[in-house]
Amino acid sequence: MTDLSMPRTRAQGTAGKTALRWLLYVLLGLFALYYLMPLFVMVTTSLKSLEEIRTGSLIALPRDVTLEAWKTAWSGACTGIQCEGLRPYFWNSVLIAVPAVILSTLLGALNGYVVAQWRFRGANIIFSLMLFGCFIPFQVVLLPMARLLGLMGLAGTIPGLIFVHVIYGLGFTTLFFRNYYVTIPAELTKAARVDGAGFFRIFWSIFLPLSLPIIVVTVIWQFTQIWNDFLFGVSFSQAGTQPVTVALNNIVNSTTGVKEYNVDMAAAIIAGLPTLLVYVVAGKYFIRGLTAGSVKG
Amino acid sequence: MSEWLENHLPKVVLAPSFIAVLIFVYGFIGWTAWVSLTRSKLLPKYEIKGFVQYERLFDSPRWDTAINNLYIFGALFIVIAMVLGLALAILLDQKIRVEGFIRTIYLYPMALSMIVTGTAWKWILNPGLGIESTVRGWGFENFTFDWLVNPDFAIYTIVMAAVWQSSGFVMALFLAGLRSVDGEIIKAAQVDGIPTWRIYTAIIIPSMAPIFLSAFIVLAHLAIKSFDLVIALTGGGPGYATDLPATYMYAMAFSRGDIGQAAASAMIMMLVVFAIVVPYLYSELRAKND
Repeated sequence: MTDLSMPRTRAQGTAGKTALRWLLYVLLGLFALYYLMPLFVMVTTSLKSLEEIRTGSLIALPRDVTLEAWKTAWSGACTGIQCEGLRPYFWNSVLIAVPAVILSTLLGALNGYVVAQWRFRGANIIFSLMLFGCFIPFQVVLLPMARLLGLMGLAGTIPGLIFVHVIYGLGFTTLFFRNYYVTIPAELTKAARVDGAGFFRIFWSIFLPLSLPIIVVTVIWQFTQIWNDFLFGVSFSQAGTQPVTVALNNIVNSTTGVKEYNVDMAAAIIAGLPTLLVYVVAGKYFIRGLTAGSVKG
Repeated sequence: MSEWLENHLPKVVLAPSFIAVLIFVYGFIGWTAWVSLTRSKLLPKYEIKGFVQYERLFDSPRWDTAINNLYIFGALFIVIAMVLGLALAILLDQKIRVEGFIRTIYLYPMALSMIVTGTAWKWILNPGLGIESTVRGWGFENFTFDWLVNPDFAIYTIVMAAVWQSSGFVMALFLAGLRSVDGEIIKAAQVDGIPTWRIYTAIIIPSMAPIFLSAFIVLAHLAIKSFDLVIALTGGGPGYATDLPATYMYAMAFSRGDIGQAAASAMIMMLVVFAIVVPYLYSELRAKND
């Protein structure tokens, strides 16, 4: 692959250069097709009738575009015995994600502010311990959490899932804000304290107004994580409180009746749409979160 | 009193989160470790019986399959995603006019839930209606591509879908790394007439060693925790041919009612993750504090 970067070097015929340039674009285009292919197949399949799926080809465009499958996926598909489509579960996911994102972001901002600007003895150890918590495989907390949620009367409830997502999101949100606030000179806090401003006053009038970019990164990261979560959703929900990912999986694996591939695809797109939209609208911040999430702060 | 509060406010604010992490991360790990040493079945028991669960685990053919699958899946997934990611990053680093647009396309799968990805690939790889039947439709009557339902090959379909999902992200990491290489050195090398491929292999790629490490850590971490994708794509099947430690743990915990086994397998998963992540985080934190 390194050969293809030749155009950078000197002493080469212009014709050769142009050919390499073309080759480069063709390759990039082919890779783009590779990444787009599953999405393309999903969209076209969701617009076909079952009859057309059985007789036609995977990559053919739909002959008769029909939104039937989308309608069924949204409000009629069966997840086991219930046949209400994805709609109720989509709203479950919203009800879980919105409060969990707000709470974990808020707590992360305060924690990050303390760790970065109000260093006290042991603050670094506390931060390290919280950070390590980000990396545990959640399997290791699944069993005790199931018991605890039961004891608290939150088993199988939406507040229970919100609680779980806030707790296990704290490490990352704290990390994001800590890494952001660490770049703000400590003199600013000191000067404000000399002027008589307190802990919350400084946070509210100095730090928060500076925080918009990192708030966006954190909200997007948390939203994507929580919306796409499956492990907690499948472990801690029950019929009626499942998030959309669990419902999608149930629809796809539901064994009752005829297998409706077009409905499966429409349901998959519906479940993926919110995070996809966030990515398209705010891709820059999404990528920043990803790279920060990989610890290279 | 109010002065005490004002002085200790930072600690008071941090305390609830820290206590929550202590209980729900470290306390819970302790609980799981404890239960993994008992004979718990459907309900947890707290009487320690030694390493019975671990012995059962390592004697279990199903766990054996899960670990083998983790090796195969982890190795292929990490290597292919890194090679592909690096290749794409280098291709994209040639002053491409529509770079932003192409990058967006390469990276979008990362925004999707693994369940969505799994559903899509399950459909594409469906032998009766997906790629196989499409290629047959083109006239290749004997073309067979039934990996999804073939116990010997199903694990590779998980590699395919996982690479599709994550390679764009690796590309983004490497692209950022390529951009951070000192331009002056490259210019000097070009002036000296060093061929471009040598500049890449001798200067640019070696200077990106930390990025390789980060990418490796992230991918290894993803591989060990892989759960959603397996559930959506193969459900662990055919049989338990595509079981991974995460699906084994889940099956023991929630469908087999074998909490002791579930706890022991979760502990092994955690040890593997920590063996990879702890040295890395430790060096990162130390570097930052210096």
